[in-house]
Amino acid sequence: MNDTLLEQHGLTRDEYGRIVEILGREPTLTELGMFSVMWSEHCSYKSSRLHLKKLPTAGPRVLQGPGENAGAVEIGDGLAAVFKIESHNHPSFIEPYQGAATGVGGIIRDIFTMGARPIALMDSLRFGTLGSPLTRRIVHGVVAGIAGYGNSIGIPVVGGEAVFDACYAANPVVNVFCLGIARTDHLVKGRADGVGNPVYYVGAKTGRDGIHGATMASAEFDEQSSSKRPNVQVGDPFMEKLLLEACLEVLRSGALIGLQDMGAAGLTCATSEMSARARTGMDVEVTAVPQRETGMTPYEIMLSESQERMLFVVKTGREADVEQTFEKWDLHAVKIGVVTDDGMVRVRERGTAVVEIPAAALADEAPLYDRPYRKPQDFDAERALGPEHLRPAPAAPDVFLALLASPTIASKRWIFRQYDHMVRTNTLVLPGMGTAVVRVKGTKRALAMSLDGNGRYGQLDPRRGAILAVAEAARNVACAGGVPIGATNNLNFGNPERPEIMWQLVEAIEGMAEACRALDIPITGGNVSLYNETEGRPIYPTPVLGVVGLIEDGSKVVGRAFPEPDLSVVLVGARSLVAEIGGSEYLHIVHGQVRGVPPAVDLEAERALHRLLPRAIQDGIVRSAHDVAEGGLAVALAECCFENEDIGVKIDLGTLATEPSPDEGWTPMPADHSVLFGEAAGRVLVTVRREDEAAFLARAEAEDVCVRVIGRTGGNRVSIDLNGRAAIDEPVREAETVWATALERALASRAA
Amino acid sequence: MKFAVVVFPGSNCDHDAYHAVKHVLGHDANFLWHKDTSLKGADAVILPGGFSYGDYLRTGAVARFSPVMKAVAELAADGGAVLGVCNGFQILQEAGLLEGAMLRNQSLKFRCEHVRVSVEQTDTPFTNLCRTGQVLKMPIAHGEGNFYAPPEVLERLERNRQVVFRYVDADGEPRAAANPNGSLHNIAGICNEARNVVALMPHPERACESALGSADGRLLFDSVVAAIRLAGRPAFGEPSGSLMANAGFLNPDS
Amino acid sequence: MSDTAATVTTITAKVFVTLKPSVFDPQGNTIGEALLSMGYGAVEDVRQGKYFELTVRAGSSDEARRLAEEIADRLLANPVIESYRVEVASDKDAA
Repeated sequence: MNDTLLEQHGLTRDEYGRIVEILGREPTLTELGMFSVMWSEHCSYKSSRLHLKKLPTAGPRVLQGPGENAGAVEIGDGLAAVFKIESHNHPSFIEPYQGAATGVGGIIRDIFTMGARPIALMDSLRFGTLGSPLTRRIVHGVVAGIAGYGNSIGIPVVGGEAVFDACYAANPVVNVFCLGIARTDHLVKGRADGVGNPVYYVGAKTGRDGIHGATMASAEFDEQSSSKRPNVQVGDPFMEKLLLEACLEVLRSGALIGLQDMGAAGLTCATSEMSARARTGMDVEVTAVPQRETGMTPYEIMLSESQERMLFVVKTGREADVEQTFEKWDLHAVKIGVVTDDGMVRVRERGTAVVEIPAAALADEAPLYDRPYRKPQDFDAERALGPEHLRPAPAAPDVFLALLASPTIASKRWIFRQYDHMVRTNTLVLPGMGTAVVRVKGTKRALAMSLDGNGRYGQLDPRRGAILAVAEAARNVACAGGVPIGATNNLNFGNPERPEIMWQLVEAIEGMAEACRALDIPITGGNVSLYNETEGRPIYPTPVLGVVGLIEDGSKVVGRAFPEPDLSVVLVGARSLVAEIGGSEYLHIVHGQVRGVPPAVDLEAERALHRLLPRAIQDGIVRSAHDVAEGGLAVALAECCFENEDIGVKIDLGTLATEPSPDEGWTPMPADHSVLFGEAAGRVLVTVRREDEAAFLARAEAEDVCVRVIGRTGGNRVSIDLNGRAAIDEPVREAETVWATALERALASRAA
Repeated sequence: MKFAVVVFPGSNCDHDAYHAVKHVLGHDANFLWHKDTSLKGADAVILPGGFSYGDYLRTGAVARFSPVMKAVAELAADGGAVLGVCNGFQILQEAGLLEGAMLRNQSLKFRCEHVRVSVEQTDTPFTNLCRTGQVLKMPIAHGEGNFYAPPEVLERLERNRQVVFRYVDADGEPRAAANPNGSLHNIAGICNEARNVVALMPHPERACESALGSADGRLLFDSVVAAIRLAGRPAFGEPSGSLMANAGFLNPDS
Repeated sequence: MSDTAATVTTITAKVFVTLKPSVFDPQGNTIGEALLSMGYGAVEDVRQGKYFELTVRAGSSDEARRLAEEIADRLLANPVIESYRVEVASDKDAA
């Protein structure tokens, strides 16, 4: 094997040596290809695995932790919530529509291969700034791609987030989360159990598309990347709809042993992982695989990443039942092999073995790298925030409107109205109206879910950024009345072969582990996307957390918006009204800086907040709840007034001159800015009826949660008094127009 | 009273329609597979939303050749009640049971949101419990709902009072700003000449529970139940209000 | 069938489907606007449509054309909004 061939396969000399050692001989070209995809970063997590072990994955509700197609947690009534998040960053840059669409297709397959019916999708998106025509084209394509796939297959996109920052210009982040419901006794695994059982292939025919997609996702982009376009697969949501319905029907029949999607690394991944999990082997005839193109080699068939294909193992004797069910859906299930007992993945071409590799070597024995990592020397200096970094600040009302117009803060209606977010009639809280909530039909329960992550915080402090992501996602779930019961994570980072990037990754994982432990939220699976950089410029370290919360009574769910006038507005979880501005949207928009220390998190206090809110909401005391996030208190208050018949708010924050600033003792900007726009963590705006105010405050005190009543709903203005003066006093309708139209205006361009 | 919900392989609102009529409204309901050749004794048939056969050619283009559509056409010819929703509307147009065609939305984008429609005609099996001009809030979710018909057809539809629903604003007026997709005359739903086949782009089955944001869609299902209960298989197209007079006790507005 | 068995060949029929001129074409319009903004002022109008290649067995190009027209009528085009045009290579080309 020459170096060029190894390089083409993304394998090092050392890794090649290991392959020869495992096989006891030189690999064939097909075998080399199979090792290269299974040992790629994308499939093997060889850089991150060592550190991912630090995450807490167990809990009383966890039915399935990491290692399967998706995680599962028990939600009562004999049901499980099955969920996972996955990235499609690289394909979405090369071909935005298909890249995003196939990302949706892939994560949906991960859910229904567990035996669950997918009922909700969410997306976490990061793009460059909208001044760039390329970015606008990517935004249009990605959103249309997610819509095109999700809308066709009929799974609602019920929520998500979209953030715009220059660091994502040549490397968008497209993470898609899917949640499904299964009966706990119907959960299926991707296992090839039962020696002698037949192995079936069903779905789209295999073509040459996507060969080496997994290795593509494991390398940096350069200017030649656009020539890699053939690697992007094309999705067929109609085929997937047929597969989904047929697979769930077959699963109910009890004829199925195990099931796996052929996604990244295709047939290679499905045969080796299913065998390895069951400690069996598989013997498959490659010419039996349905092919879309002529003259395909075993190498191409084993490595193809054609979409919408499944591999499954059937109980001997039940073949006819299974074939009939697929025929009903006009799908043709083909037997391509059999489960064996020798632990080998054996691929034959017209009977002659062309591949013989131990399944475990492909699936579990990829090299494990303890890559060197170190904090960059100039890290702290580059991030320090001092008076010299600040511009003369405009007056608070102008800042307020500028923040509402920031695409990251502005309404995402332009995006979510392209998604069918109501199909399946479970969506209790519509996108933009609060934390996403879907009911579980047949029960009283509902599930709240939130995707959160702030790359800017990660850039300034990767450990704290990850802690903040966990805390915010869990807090959002609590704001709808949900008790966090599980999480999935997507780690989007640069090239781990660079020690400073590896340091970010290690810090983030450790921070995430710390927060998940403190908040008692197990991680049941997820995805790592590395090499998110173009020409040496990495994205901000962007860990995205997807937290799922259980709501006992779906009829008690609350949203973001003020539901009626004359309610008490309570700021919950704030020790001080003066809030940190490090890493804030304010600092970025007004002063053009990404600096400072991200907000501190008190995980004890956070946990108490997550206990207080769901109980108070389920008991009907809380009428609305909204997390204070980007843009701080002023923006959060305004958001509660929007899309809600113009119910305004009158707030008096009192006199604050004597309160100390947490920003290292200096106040280089108007003092009111940190109060109004700072992003201190762990804060929630809650409304309660006048008669429930005392009861709510007493509950908060019992949980040791800081609360202060800051005003009342009513009127038609967003009015905030501070130090005896009106700091902000804007008509709701005008502020809302700015907020509601900003994204559409930024995107409206002929060049799109 | 027995509803049938037709299931094409790409239907995705079939379960929602079934849930609405069966579990929310408590009626008998069953699914019909697209390969079925009979309606199995259904009193009313719902063609639900979705992407029937993938719709790569044109929405609804292939579905009209399915065996079940022959049975639906027979029921329609016999005066039976047929409701098309979204993709079901497009299929009925392709099958020639309703006029006009759907172009892509003027924005070229899929659009999902709550809209308001006014009920223009109350002498159909699906609107007889409504008031003329009553405004209903229901969601839309489509990429091709831009109703088009040649001028002479459009004129005939209006003259025959076959426009059943129109997109309207908060004042109940069919202004351009209330039109989500560019439909001619703000048309959201129409019926056939015999008035027994009705279709609309908004989703009444998604608007049957206030927890989902609106329960206005119930009126369409309650109407057909009332119509069939009172008249057996009713002769639709009688003077407006004749059914309403009988069904007044069911009318939430009376 | 039997008498033509010897002369049946495979013929490609091309079917072009476009929106009727009287129907507004939002996609074509958007493409036209984009071209204008890119500086292609010479482009006066854009109509977009669909293109199908049917590979059919037929005894003559006329037969292939009739078949393609029937298929276009029944399935490929919606006569309410679309018109179509069929192109078939002549017998000589096909042979």
